[in-house]
Amino acid sequence: MKYLEEFRDPELAKKLLDEIKAVTTKDWAIMEVCGGQTHSIIRNGIDQLLPDEIELIHGPGCPVCVTPLELIDKALAIAATPNVIFCSFGDMLRVPGSDKDLFRIKSEGGDIRTVYSPLDALKFARENPDKEVVFFGVGFETTAPANAMAVFQAKEQGIENFSMLVSHVLVPPAIAAIMESPTNRVQAFLAAGHVCSIMGYEQYPPLSEKYKVPIIVTGFEPLDVLEGIRRAVIQLENGKFETENAYQRIVTSEGNTAAQKMLESVFETKDRAWRGIGVIPESGWSLSENYRDFDAEYKFNVTDIETHESPLCKSGEVLQGTIKPHECPAFGKECTPRKPLGATMVSSEGACAAYYNYGRFAATAK
Amino acid sequence: MNDLDFESWVCPLPLRDYPKIVLGHGGGGKLSNELVENLFVPAFSNETLDKLSDSASLDVAELLKDGGRLSYSTDSFVVQPLFFRGGNIGNLAVNGTVNDVAMAGAKPVYLSCGFIIEEGFEVESLGKIVNTMGEQARLAEVQIVTGDTKVVDKGKGDGLFINTSGIGVIPKDVNLAPNLAQPGDVVIVSGEIGLHGIAIMSEREGLEFDAPVESDCANLNFLIEEMLEVTKEIRVIRDPTRGGIASALNEIAKSSNVGIVLEDSKIPVPQTVRSACELLGLDPFYVANEGKLLAIVPREKSEEMLETMQKNEFGKESAIIGEVVEQNSGMVVAKTGIGGTRVVDMQLGEQLPRIC
Repeated sequence: MKYLEEFRDPELAKKLLDEIKAVTTKDWAIMEVCGGQTHSIIRNGIDQLLPDEIELIHGPGCPVCVTPLELIDKALAIAATPNVIFCSFGDMLRVPGSDKDLFRIKSEGGDIRTVYSPLDALKFARENPDKEVVFFGVGFETTAPANAMAVFQAKEQGIENFSMLVSHVLVPPAIAAIMESPTNRVQAFLAAGHVCSIMGYEQYPPLSEKYKVPIIVTGFEPLDVLEGIRRAVIQLENGKFETENAYQRIVTSEGNTAAQKMLESVFETKDRAWRGIGVIPESGWSLSENYRDFDAEYKFNVTDIETHESPLCKSGEVLQGTIKPHECPAFGKECTPRKPLGATMVSSEGACAAYYNYGRFAATAK
Repeated sequence: MNDLDFESWVCPLPLRDYPKIVLGHGGGGKLSNELVENLFVPAFSNETLDKLSDSASLDVAELLKDGGRLSYSTDSFVVQPLFFRGGNIGNLAVNGTVNDVAMAGAKPVYLSCGFIIEEGFEVESLGKIVNTMGEQARLAEVQIVTGDTKVVDKGKGDGLFINTSGIGVIPKDVNLAPNLAQPGDVVIVSGEIGLHGIAIMSEREGLEFDAPVESDCANLNFLIEEMLEVTKEIRVIRDPTRGGIASALNEIAKSSNVGIVLEDSKIPVPQTVRSACELLGLDPFYVANEGKLLAIVPREKSEEMLETMQKNEFGKESAIIGEVVEQNSGMVVAKTGIGGTRVVDMQLGEQLPRIC
């Protein structure tokens, strides 16, 4: 396949690994920001192939993991409302709220549908004028343009029975928050290539400069990830801290300007709570004043939600890289993929779930 | 394999008076009889069924005269859409149970079938499906000997549900079981994986590919017969249906207390399935198959087994994809293309498409 098999070539992977080994002389902690990169690392076993000196810290770039509990509970409340068709991307269905998940709501009679695009939800709204159709608009900058488009079209076409529960989060403020944390261990970032394909990477050089940290815009195939790591290590070993684009086939400096225009008109920046981490200033988007009629938080009265996170769950520290998943006392005991206490145990790209699977293997392999 | 002509099927009179199923078709009266006599019996016709008794009377002593054992299995079919590229629910209803019976090393002989039909279902569609079932039963050389029809109120069913049960005979010296895999054994898959699941999903999601993906639905009983002729020492045969090869192999690893190591690069995944999985955020290892089997065989017989399998029309693309090991007991791992290792875990429930 074009642009896929080429970036999984074993020979080239070996060459990159050899180069990484050759330049590495000290211990380095590199964070891959995006869950898609974590997934690729685990799926291809990249972490086991790296020299021992290099530690990969799985970043908070997994929408499943960082969507705040309060919003999950709001989603559950809306989805359980009669006459509502609640549409979501697939892997949000199993994220635990305070005491249920969307699967439970579905089994109790909620009309919950998995869609691949918010525009599918808009179609349901058109086809079911007597129902309220709500789309769960989560994710980073990558999924935002399609969500913005759905709301934009709903307004243009006057589809009043459509609304969106929005919890968009943004990468650059998260990088700043991680660097400012007193317990931070991250020395370089692999920035999320898909996020940059939309937003460009002009926001990153100031971060590199301010925090003296190398940031490499990185793709998702094994060779992309290895190349990102290679460039990060070279900078670290040479005491440099620049932003580099290692995903040039997709990402340009200015990004997708048409999408950015759409985002600007539909969303407004606001402070956002990240599950397990806390509130990060100006780190998210919600629907702007003009689109209030399509904001599910306003349409449905879900403001008085009380949340309670499991006191055992330490996913916040895991997401910031201050502890490893298996250092959490609940790991593998009270908390497993079958009965997750926190979101990082849910998604296949969540750090805890990844460790749970790989850890069992590593333990028996010894 | 699928040269059935659905379009030319014509519903015989007097069913034409009712183009759609009404509640009375399940009521046991005249309408029910018409459905049986004009639709089911002509499609399934065989000596036992044609007697139209309440139950089939079967000569089990005759079946087991060579000292074999009975294999008995049941499965329910609730697929949506009912018609898809490469077949319809009828193909699945017959081949699914034929294969389940055959996975024990049995020769399938008899099937039962139960239909739960939603009021308002097109009689013509039912006719096409029932005809497919008849055709598939003949191809697999099994007889549908008893059946039942119920009609539920509109809105209480999803068009059509089918349940089939099957009986087969396991020859005396054949003993296949999921707990018999041993370190040193070899894992064989009978062909390209993921076709059925992707055919259904692309139909549901309205995806179009340059080369459309067709379901691989097929009866595997003759392939298994030929495999058992190579050696009766085959340890396990499983059909990787729901949950794909990952789930089937995990079950084997757990029952046998062994580890299974796969080679990513040796697993036949068609380009279309690969592309669709990339697009949909799925892993082909977890996608359903309806015409494939996994076999765990002793290493010394593996080459001969592979050759035999490749000669069968449903085993042409058979490949050795991994081995059974002592380490990592109860787990399946895969060696990745770039030389790493990953855990191929049991899937919890439905495979959930990833966001990013």
